Amino acid sequence: MIEQAKNVNDIVKITPRVGEWRRFRRVFLSRGLVLIGIIILFLLLFIAIFAPLLAPYPPNTPVLKEALQNPSSHHWLGTDALGRDIFSRILWGSRTSLEIGLIVVALASSIGVILGVLAGYYGGWVNAVIMRLIDALMSFPMIILALVVAALLGNGMKNVIIALGIAMMPSYARVMCAQVLSVKENDYITASRSVGCSNSRIMFSHILHNCLPPLIVMVTMMLGSVILAEAGLSYLGIGISPPTPSWGSMINDGQQYLLDLPIISFAPGIALMLTIFAFNMVGDGLRDALDPSLRGTF
Amino acid sequence: MICAVRRGKPIDTVLTALTNIGITIPTFWLGVMMMYLFALRLHWLPLMGYTSPFTDFGLSTRQLVMPVICETLFPLAANARQARSSMLEVVKQDYIRTAWAKGLGERVVIFRHALKNGLIPILTLSGMGLSMIIGGSVIIEQVFVIPGMGRLTINSILNQDYPYVQAITLIVAAIILLINLLVDLAYGWLDPRIRYS
Repeated sequence: MIEQAKNVNDIVKITPRVGEWRRFRRVFLSRGLVLIGIIILFLLLFIAIFAPLLAPYPPNTPVLKEALQNPSSHHWLGTDALGRDIFSRILWGSRTSLEIGLIVVALASSIGVILGVLAGYYGGWVNAVIMRLIDALMSFPMIILALVVAALLGNGMKNVIIALGIAMMPSYARVMCAQVLSVKENDYITASRSVGCSNSRIMFSHILHNCLPPLIVMVTMMLGSVILAEAGLSYLGIGISPPTPSWGSMINDGQQYLLDLPIISFAPGIALMLTIFAFNMVGDGLRDALDPSLRGTF
Repeated sequence: MICAVRRGKPIDTVLTALTNIGITIPTFWLGVMMMYLFALRLHWLPLMGYTSPFTDFGLSTRQLVMPVICETLFPLAANARQARSSMLEVVKQDYIRTAWAKGLGERVVIFRHALKNGLIPILTLSGMGLSMIIGGSVIIEQVFVIPGMGRLTINSILNQDYPYVQAITLIVAAIILLINLLVDLAYGWLDPRIRYS
C-alpha cells in the first residue's frame, strides 16, 4: 500500500505522460521474476537468430556411429538415436518454436481482433453471427480443435500454423468484442462520430487504440501457450514433420531410450519450460504494469 | 486461497512459486519424467498401461497415480492463481471488515463470507479446467498408453478415420456444453442476484 501511495504522488508531481511511462517501467521491472523472464526471452531470441552460428553440429545430419552417447565434452548433452547432437538440435528447435509462436499469434490476433472489433462495434446481427461462430469454435478444447484441423490438413509447418491459428483465434475475438463494447460507450467516441469520422476510422484508430493494453498482454501470454501447444502436437507426431528439430518431437524420440539416456527427453523439456515460464512472467508483468484491473482475467 | 489470506508471508511466496511452476510444466514432459523417476528408477509405480478397476483394483489405482497427477497439475495451479487474486479482491471489501469487527472466527470469515463471494471467477476457470482436462487427456493417454477416448482420437487421426474423428468431436462438444450449462446454473446459486429468465 505504501508503495502504491508513493507512485500516486509521483504521478501527480510530474506531467501525466512521463508519469505514466515511469509508472509502467517501475511496476514492470519491480518484480525479480519478470526481469528473469525478460532476460530469458532476449537469450531465446538471440539463440533463435544465431542458431546456425552457435550450434556446434548440424541439427539434421545423422552420424550413426556416434548414436546414443552420454553427455561429453564433444556433445554437451549427448546424442540421440541417429547420432545427432542434442544441444544443437535444441538450439535449432528454439527457432522452430519461436517462428511458429510468432506467426500463429500474428495470424490469430489479426483475424481475431478484426472479427471482435466488427462484432463489438456494429452489434445486432453482425455481432450475433460472428460471436455464435466464435462460441461454436470455443466449445472445443483448444488442443482437440488444433488436432482435428491438423488431421484434415496433414503434417508440416504451414498446416500446424493454420491449425493453431484457428484454435487460438476465438479467444482474441471474444476479448476484443468485450473490450470494444465497453470502450465504444465513451464520450470521445460520440465526439468523433459527431465531427464526422467514418466508421472504419472510429473502429481502427479510436477504439482499437484504447483496447491495446489487454491485447498486448494477451499476445504475450498466448505466445507461451502456442509454443506449448505446438510441442504437444509434435509430441503426438501430428506437428512438425520429423527431420526439422522441434522440442516436442525430441521429447517423444527420447521416450524409447528413457532408461539409458533420460537426457534426450529431459533437455528439450527444460528448454520448453524456461520459454513458457519467461512468456508467462513477462505477460504477468505487462498486465500488472499496463492495466492492474485485468488481474486474474487471463 | 491460503496465499491471499497470508499475503506477503513466506507461505504466499512458496505457493505462488509452486503454482507458477505448475502452469509452466508441459504435462507430457512431466509424464515422461515421472515415468523415468517413479517407474524405471524407483520401481514404485507401474510404467504405463491401464487395467479395469473391476479386474485388479490395486494395480488399476497404482497405474492411475501418474496420469492423474499430470492431468490435474495445470488446472490445479491455474485455479490456485485465480483463487489467490479473486480472494485478494474479496478480502478488501467492507463486509469482510464488518465480519471481522463482529468478532467472527477466522474460519467463518474466510470460508463463509470471503470464499463464497470469491468463488465466481474460480468457478468459471474450473469449468474451463474440465474442458482442458478433456483436451489434455489426448496427450496424457498417449504418454501412458491408456486406451481411452483421447488415444482413440489420435489413432483415428493417424489412420485418417474421419467418421471416428467426427463422432469424437461431437461427443466432446456435447460434454463441454453440458459443463458450461452447469457452471452457469451454479452462478445463480452462488450469487442470488444473478437470475436467468
